[in-house]
Amino acid sequence: MGEKKTMTGAQTLWDCLVREGVTVVFGYPGGAILPAYDAMLDFPIRHILVRHEQGATHMADGFARATGKVGVAIATSGPGATNMVTGIATAMMDSSPIVCITGQVGSSVIGSDAFQETDITGITLPITKHNFLVTRAADIAPAIREAFAIAANGRPGPVLVDITKDAQLGTCEYDWDAAAPDLTALARPGHSMGVDPLGLINAAERPLILAGHGIILGGAEAALQAFAEKANIPVAMTLLGIGGFPASHHLNLGMMGMHGEAWVNTAVQEADLLIALGMRFDDRVTGNIKTYALNAKKIHVDIDPCEFNKNVKVDSAISGSVGDVVRDWMPRLATVKRSQWIDHITELKGDSAVRDIQNLPDDGHLYAAHVINDLWRLTEGKAVVVTDVGQHQMWEAQYYKHESPRSLITSGGLGTMGFALPAAIGAKVGRPDAEVWVVVGDGGFQMTMAELATMVQEEIDVKIAIINNGFLGMVRQWQEFFYQRRYAATPISGPDFAKLAESFGILGQTVTTRGEVEAAVAAARGARGALIDFRVEQEDSVYPMVPAGADLDKMIRRPSPIVETAAD
Amino acid sequence: MQTFAVYVDNKPGVLNRVASLFRRRAFNIESLTVGHTETPGISRMTIVVDTDERGGRLVVANLYKLIPVRRVDNITEVPTIARDLALIKVAATGDSRTQVMQLVDVYRARIVDVSPDSLVIETTGTEDKIDSLLEVLRPYGLVEMVRTGRIEMIRGSSTPARRGTRGTVVGLDDAAAGSV
Repeated sequence: MGEKKTMTGAQTLWDCLVREGVTVVFGYPGGAILPAYDAMLDFPIRHILVRHEQGATHMADGFARATGKVGVAIATSGPGATNMVTGIATAMMDSSPIVCITGQVGSSVIGSDAFQETDITGITLPITKHNFLVTRAADIAPAIREAFAIAANGRPGPVLVDITKDAQLGTCEYDWDAAAPDLTALARPGHSMGVDPLGLINAAERPLILAGHGIILGGAEAALQAFAEKANIPVAMTLLGIGGFPASHHLNLGMMGMHGEAWVNTAVQEADLLIALGMRFDDRVTGNIKTYALNAKKIHVDIDPCEFNKNVKVDSAISGSVGDVVRDWMPRLATVKRSQWIDHITELKGDSAVRDIQNLPDDGHLYAAHVINDLWRLTEGKAVVVTDVGQHQMWEAQYYKHESPRSLITSGGLGTMGFALPAAIGAKVGRPDAEVWVVVGDGGFQMTMAELATMVQEEIDVKIAIINNGFLGMVRQWQEFFYQRRYAATPISGPDFAKLAESFGILGQTVTTRGEVEAAVAAARGARGALIDFRVEQEDSVYPMVPAGADLDKMIRRPSPIVETAAD
Repeated sequence: MQTFAVYVDNKPGVLNRVASLFRRRAFNIESLTVGHTETPGISRMTIVVDTDERGGRLVVANLYKLIPVRRVDNITEVPTIARDLALIKVAATGDSRTQVMQLVDVYRARIVDVSPDSLVIETTGTEDKIDSLLEVLRPYGLVEMVRTGRIEMIRGSSTPARRGTRGTVVGLDDAAAGSV
């Protein structure tokens, strides 16, 4: 047993956070969390005042994704807590380790509909890995310590700790050591089933690795590279897997799925073996599940056995950290050339290149793909890019080539518009030496643009590239393809974003032609906080596209003047 | 049908977490009972779910994601004793009273309350046995009925507690210990 000290619950909260390694929290004060805020001033904690509690959760999430550490958000009861819901659900879907601390009304009035009372543990039950309602000062430390252990271990995720005002105010005998979580009680049995994966891998002629977020979350980048190189197996990436395997590596095929590269989706359908590492066969990845990779045996490695046989039936499933599992395979892994298979995929790539917008003649318009490609070139591919949700998110995934893990941060599973700016602020706080760019649409930016004030007040240097097409572009694209161009509620106006930026005191620029991109990006890189409003082609679409529910290789391709003319 | 014995921490809200999980993942609960175990602080649930073996594996894996869940056993394929308890109130006057009492004897049930125009019968047994008793009593007029739902225990000396707090999951090979 360690040293016991008499402290208030609020003091034990901050002492625990400091000992857990927390130096920064993102939050917004209010009545029920006031005792905690008062105690905070006596601890070495940087508090970042957000403009909306949703922003606090996205910042904690961005911080966690950029650093691999647990991010912390704090808010008051009632509306403060409910404003966190979207951010918590976002973190849950993308397995991001965050701890959210909320104030709660006094324990004696719980259940009486007291002012700013809400049942936040009930509300967040299905969108947290676990949550706690703490009503006694002595229970705060064990709850916080267990929350950190749960958030970070295994498949990471959000944990919420709801602390009543009287628990914060009350005193207790505080003992850090005695509050340690019972890690054996938290351990879970592993599951493996099916046939020997090595037999399948060594015998495969057309194998493909599907690399997901688990590579990055588990720090398995080196293990993946060694495995792919020894066995000469091409690697396809999920959206959240991007960065887990270098984009420039000769075995990296790029992204799979709805807006994946055509050659990747074709290769998935032609493969005789899929080795899924830390990914979950999301519907955006598989297309029509009934016709998905029918020629392929499937191996599934994931830390969470709940994913096995959930969407796709597999022949072999191994639970565990991806890096550990793959390293175990190495001694028995055969070196096979597989040149016929790799050459075949290279041929498929050639067919796509002629349709690539980068290779089409410049028609004087500003295309989002050009902007992102230029941004990649000008930042030498070294920026941390935080994207929102929609067309720009897919263009970023296609045209910004990520070489290192944690360099693309995006809301994948939940698809949360408004994520990018606050998440980027969190990422920059976590990695102050990184160049952090937001790539965001004009719709999503308007959802959380109030956080510009947070960025300025806290002097956080984030660069913002708005891909402004005056539409909710991805929905517009679906309306164009599947709803006869009936643009219901997708045209969207906005302020003069450059002037808006200036009003917050950061550099604002507007770019309307490709010729202006380079100078604007250079000026933004030289400024402390900057925004560029890229007025791009309004009715451009993301290609290729697998319509929802269609077979994975039945893609809508970019109409190409060259290809279409040649066919005539 | 798949049957699970689930050991959980006896803390507020645990039943809600389990029920919420089944609702969210669209697993259909056929029966759920909960009560204390021989270990203080640990409760045991017997859950019967309308699903197949593959669904059963997902149920086990999902239950293990709940922090208060200590241990899950799929006991569908294991020899077990399964019991249900029912209290049945039957209208019974005059001649019919004697007939009802004879049926109660045949089924080795007990009469636990007698009033001028009704009897309350207590019975334990498999769900089939209780269903069958209900059918023969129905013509006399069922006034009210309550059942506990199924509780189930593995036969023989093999108890989950003696195999440690975390044993194998029936139907799956154990690999390296997993994590939270």
